[in-house]
Amino acid sequence: MKRFIGFIKKEFYHIFRDRRSLFILFGMPIAQILLFGFAITNEINNVDIAVLDHSKDATTESIINKISTSKYFTINELIAREADIETAFKKGKIKAVLNFEKDFSRNLIKEQHATIQIITDATDPNTANSITNYINAILQNYQQDKNKGIVVEYQIVPQTRMVYNPELKSVFMFVPGVMTIILMLVSAMMTSISITREKELGTMEILLVSPLKPFQVIIGKVVPYIFLSVINAAVIVLLSIFIFKMPVQGSLFLLGLESVLFIITSLALGILISTISETQQAAMMISLMGLMLPVILLSGFIFPISSMPVPLQIISNIIPAKWFIIIIKGIMLKGVGMAYVWKETLILIGMTIFFIGLSVKKYKIRLE
Amino acid sequence: MSISLSNISKSYKKVKAVQDISFDVEPGELFGLIGPDGAGKTTIFRILTTLLIPDEGTATVAGFDVVEDYKAIRNAVGYMPGRFSLYQDLTVEENLTFFATIFGTTIEENYDLIEDIYVQIEPFKDRRAGKLSGGMKQKLALCCALIHKPKVLFLDEPTTGVDPVSRKEFWEMLKRLQKKGITILVSTPYMDEAALCDRIALIQDGEILDIDTPKAIVSKFPKTIYNVGANNMYKLIQALQSYKHLYSVFPFGEFVHYTDKRDSFQIADLKSYLQNKGLANISIEAAQPNIEDAFMELAK
Repeated sequence: MKRFIGFIKKEFYHIFRDRRSLFILFGMPIAQILLFGFAITNEINNVDIAVLDHSKDATTESIINKISTSKYFTINELIAREADIETAFKKGKIKAVLNFEKDFSRNLIKEQHATIQIITDATDPNTANSITNYINAILQNYQQDKNKGIVVEYQIVPQTRMVYNPELKSVFMFVPGVMTIILMLVSAMMTSISITREKELGTMEILLVSPLKPFQVIIGKVVPYIFLSVINAAVIVLLSIFIFKMPVQGSLFLLGLESVLFIITSLALGILISTISETQQAAMMISLMGLMLPVILLSGFIFPISSMPVPLQIISNIIPAKWFIIIIKGIMLKGVGMAYVWKETLILIGMTIFFIGLSVKKYKIRLE
Repeated sequence: MSISLSNISKSYKKVKAVQDISFDVEPGELFGLIGPDGAGKTTIFRILTTLLIPDEGTATVAGFDVVEDYKAIRNAVGYMPGRFSLYQDLTVEENLTFFATIFGTTIEENYDLIEDIYVQIEPFKDRRAGKLSGGMKQKLALCCALIHKPKVLFLDEPTTGVDPVSRKEFWEMLKRLQKKGITILVSTPYMDEAALCDRIALIQDGEILDIDTPKAIVSKFPKTIYNVGANNMYKLIQALQSYKHLYSVFPFGEFVHYTDKRDSFQIADLKSYLQNKGLANISIEAAQPNIEDAFMELAK
């Protein structure tokens, strides 16, 4: 046991003396969460739009009022002629133009029919889509207010309710994803690099010719990174709770346990990588190409798995991150307990056992 | 027997690293593996330290088989690889403490063994190992390899890249360690260090040329060596190489080591030949052969 503690102590020296890596290790999660939370988002907030009002009557005015008082849009420009629409877009500031037809009020009253044209800048299709939806919703809302008290014979009123993330905040979606990526990166990449570093520097040669058992070396490498990863996970959760007001509906304790499980899965994967790569560079490449990309693309973090082609859907099943994202989304957003995530948890446990088994089998007790 | 190899062979893919190597090292002996780079010295070390499995043959260290009882060997030996293999980001003291701990001992427990060496690097004990000079690094590595009081010590080219003064000190330390009963297997490409071993094995291209005491190896040298000097080294060697009675010629410091085919060699003959070739200040003297001469002769 003393030997083991001595080994862990040495590992901590390595980590704390490598200031640059340490900075990246702790700076990265914070930077990523803040980036995803504030900058990279598909939410609509204070979008600049322009208005081309051919009627300038009471109805159009109240619609424009309603739109500009919502927190989603700011009227940035009033356009006088159709020809100026193009120029307005080209300036790049506005994302949409509202075009009211001539005699809007009169048409509405006389013919019960008036048109607004919504022109959106679709260079970013997602935003364009959202803008149209938001404006439509505001118009519908206005119509309902107007029609109050009037009996319409047939009417279907869809009542939508967004559950678990009623305000559709994208940070809620990113936090589980970012947490997964960070844990994967810290755990898998750092361990694989730290084991291959011993090989590269030749120190593995002396470690092998010592009474240290292979599992002591491996566990000794892993323990410090469990600590660091747990700290990182906690920082991410705290940031999302306090800065982004993200609710954790389920049990924090369960969240912690599942996180530790996923950390161990990633560490096992890191060890596996280190047993097959000879140099730090190779380990880094495998971690980046073999882990980061699938985690980002195939885990359901950014692209929904259900809309992927079937072969990719099948591949996504072997990616641990997919299961972890399901688990933490469930716990954080839906507030579910073990009863709902036991299947995913079992899958992660199974993967961990598989990775560890394989690495122990592949661990070289000699140089070849 | 402290170390025993019988008919060991090892190949890497197509390259034969060592072929059919056998030798024994007595307890308490200082045994040297002498040979140029690529001769197979490191492979032998790695087989004996259980890092490689031989393709053929068997070997034991301290009575344990290198394949079957590798765990016992890893407890009983100290190993200093050819490349500096300590943690550069740890200080001198931290490195030593670490190796003491993983072998289940403490610095204090075996301090007497390393004291002579450690006192020299102790003033720098808070310096990171990566910032030490070459000689200091070797001393620290030796301390780390010794801290658990090994029965057998393996030193793979411990003096390569170390200045002459430190090299001399290093060998004096080895002699002192030997007196404490530690069996030492050391390899070196420097022939002058060979004379300091009890016995040596001359090795080239994975094969052993000869095993004996340095004295015996030198005495087996079949020819008389002549130290030849002249005003122009380059011309001298050229002239000797075209001399019809030449057996061998090697540059050796400021002289050339020359041997002749004939038993009835006359110094005057050679001198007049060289004078005819336009050389001046010619000196020819019979000399004692050394291990390098013996190695060159055996490697022919």
